[in-house]
Amino acid sequence: MSEHWYMLTLVGRDRPGIVARITRALYEGGCHLGETSMMRLGGNFTVMMMVQYAGTAKALEQLVAGEADSLGLKLHVDRVEGGRQQAVEPDVRITVYGADRPGIVAHVTGALADAGLDILDLISDIGGSEEAPIYILHLEGRALQGIPALASALEIVKGEGVDAQLTPIETMVG
Amino acid sequence: MAILEIIKYPDPRLKEASQPVQAFDDALRDFVADLEETMRAGPGGVGIAAPQVGRFERIVIVDVSGMRKLPAGSSNSGRLVLINPEITEWEGMAMGREGCMSVPDYTGNVIRAEKVRFTAHDEFGELHEYACEGYEARAVQHEADHLDGMLFLDRLVSRRTDLFRRKVYQQKDKR
Ligand SMILES: [Zn+2]
Repeated sequence: MSEHWYMLTLVGRDRPGIVARITRALYEGGCHLGETSMMRLGGNFTVMMMVQYAGTAKALEQLVAGEADSLGLKLHVDRVEGGRQQAVEPDVRITVYGADRPGIVAHVTGALADAGLDILDLISDIGGSEEAPIYILHLEGRALQGIPALASALEIVKGEGVDAQLTPIETMVG
Repeated sequence: MAILEIIKYPDPRLKEASQPVQAFDDALRDFVADLEETMRAGPGGVGIAAPQVGRFERIVIVDVSGMRKLPAGSSNSGRLVLINPEITEWEGMAMGREGCMSVPDYTGNVIRAEKVRFTAHDEFGELHEYACEGYEARAVQHEADHLDGMLFLDRLVSRRTDLFRRKVYQQKDKR
């Protein structure tokens, strides 16, 4: 019996108990969970799960389709490579914030990508008042061209009216 | 000298509190030498605690002096053999990433004091006072936790936790 890895995605209106119901259906169907990430985005429920399962994508879909339907969630299953991989360590943490304006994420992440940033984790939030929203972007990644290259890219971005903090991550293993 | 075997979580012994050292004898110094060799053979090589090798006595070693590049803001006290350590003062807070030889293949963010003062005996029984900050202070706190059966997993903060918010809460609490 060969086990495959799948990426299972669910999106829909949030309500309490979704994760418990979906993971129970997966457990009872013989699935094994890998890394998962659940977040509320704009009041919507979103979850992505790495699922190890012996059957086909279609069979996995059928395992959760009942719960997903009754919860009104959109379900998507993809066969993916991997599963448990050696963890990739971030070596830099960056926070960018400023008045919300179109293109801010594309602009900032574009400048950082050019300076060698490989993003491993990104979260952004909208805060501030309705009339004057602010955008807050948190990311962790690897500085493939070194921290100074990212620092100078951030200086340029800061000159264009956003604020930013860069903190090197020095993982302590003890 | 010998490299000792590291116990790995979920071994329940890692959650046990360790006992104070009573005798500062050759047996203790032999063990400290083995513990140090084990630390230097490990992936991080900057800290180790006796319970990580199955000896439940309050002994830790920290040494950040061998790092290729000492992280900015860190003190460097060289080789620290800390027996029966007592942290007496904590100051500031900093989020940093930690891993553990007893928890392979996982790292996470943990909030620690930026500066600590502490006392500890050396392997000859002499009592010393220390002050550390930054990365070195983080290593001391991580190892001292092992003596109380605490792992960095007990102190993980979620990916949405940001230190800025925590600081604001702290100030409110102080009012
Ligand atoms: Zn540890």
